[in-house]
Amino acid sequence: MIPSFDIVILIFLVVTAVIALTLKDLLASAMVLGIYSFLMCLLWAEMSAVDVAFTEATVGAGVSTVIMIATVYQTTRKSRD
Amino acid sequence: MKLFALITVIITGALLLYASKDFPAWGDPLSPANNSELSRHYITETRVETEVPNIVTAVLADYRGYDTMFETVVIFVAGLGILAVLRQSPSAGEPLPVPRDRFQERDMITIMTCRLTVPLIQLFALYVLAHGHYSPGGGFQGGVMFGASFILIALTGGLSEALKRLSEQRAIFLAALGVLIYAGTGLLCMFLGKNFLDYHILSQWLPDTTAVKARYHAMLIVEIGVAFTVTAIMFTIYATLSSKGRMRGGL
Amino acid sequence: MEAFIANFNYWIYIILMMIGLFAMIAKKNLIKKLVGMSIFQTAIILFYVSIGVKQGATIPILPEEAVHPKTTAGETSHHNGEDGDAHAGELPEIDAQDYTNPIPHVLMLTAIVVGVGTLGLALAIAQRVHYHYGTLEETEILKQIQSGQ
Repeated sequence: MIPSFDIVILIFLVVTAVIALTLKDLLASAMVLGIYSFLMCLLWAEMSAVDVAFTEATVGAGVSTVIMIATVYQTTRKSRD
Repeated sequence: MKLFALITVIITGALLLYASKDFPAWGDPLSPANNSELSRHYITETRVETEVPNIVTAVLADYRGYDTMFETVVIFVAGLGILAVLRQSPSAGEPLPVPRDRFQERDMITIMTCRLTVPLIQLFALYVLAHGHYSPGGGFQGGVMFGASFILIALTGGLSEALKRLSEQRAIFLAALGVLIYAGTGLLCMFLGKNFLDYHILSQWLPDTTAVKARYHAMLIVEIGVAFTVTAIMFTIYATLSSKGRMRGGL
Repeated sequence: MEAFIANFNYWIYIILMMIGLFAMIAKKNLIKKLVGMSIFQTAIILFYVSIGVKQGATIPILPEEAVHPKTTAGETSHHNGEDGDAHAGELPEIDAQDYTNPIPHVLMLTAIVVGVGTLGLALAIAQRVHYHYGTLEETEILKQIQSGQ
């Protein structure tokens, strides 16, 4: 664990979480959620949980983002809030 | 509604923040969770009992094998649920939308790049699966990566191109086969006279192995089962969601 | 500084969790609710993983020497493989404090993969809802249900 690294990622995490929820474009929201997952993966690698980080990199940032974009493509891209 | 949510969230958050001062200091090696007998046993005894250097893999596939088996079943059921929700929906019978512009056509460059990278991705997925005993990785990660390689084919060459390689029926068969491999290993142990998923006894059947090595190899077998299920279900989820249950067209 | 870092981590976990909870309750769009659910879920997983962190510890993968120790010059290493635990007594000592606690990792690893299963199922239901009502906004769906009756 590296405290300075930790603090920076945690702040970025809160920022990306808020951005993902405030954007009105759902495609952009899904992409920002992918960034959030990658930051989370980085944080877990830093906490020496390498297996969890690997899983999050493949599942959270990879497949989750893709299926969310697939749904946005099949439904609608606009959100009112 | 917003106000109600805000009040709920603030109250819950305040209570949790108040509770956080009772937590052990972050990263404290002597906190109750880190200093427990169970944790110490896993760290110091795994190498003797299973000879697997990656403790997480050993705990996942051996000590907590029952848990992992049902996690695999949950993935399987989630895949079946998605198929049940969308394949039967009236949208599955709809005609395909007409391509809106010329960008809908498949691009030569992306298809060729995909053809070059997909074998490497699949090879790396198999490496992650097989090398899970010595490095981060294992059935879940390898399976997801293998499934992602099919998703890449579907993204570049179209869904029909990917379904030619892994059709819907074959995917469901593979997913069920994965669960069967896992549960079958457990049942085999029971059949030989030990508890469910007690791999020791498999040394009778695996040639030239001690009880410790039997656990080592049985972990690989169950991880392969997990990888089958996860690969097939990840691809099925993508194929169903990206085509609204039609299994044609897609992204 | 140490005390600040210790508490700062927990505060951020709680803030992330509350952001997710707020989105799940207050957002009207179904996809936004699922984004909130993802954030809520990862925040809880983050809390669990951080329980296992130890100051100055390394990843929970043992070095090769700790599992298959090098034998003396005359013997080759594959002799060890034949009689599995015969060399168990000569294993070098390892200290549990040098390795991160593996139990939270195992529990959360499966939770992440199950998370994608639930997310996929929720997205499938969202697509079905969109097919029936033509919208993903909660208010409009409720209006359509009420006017239909």
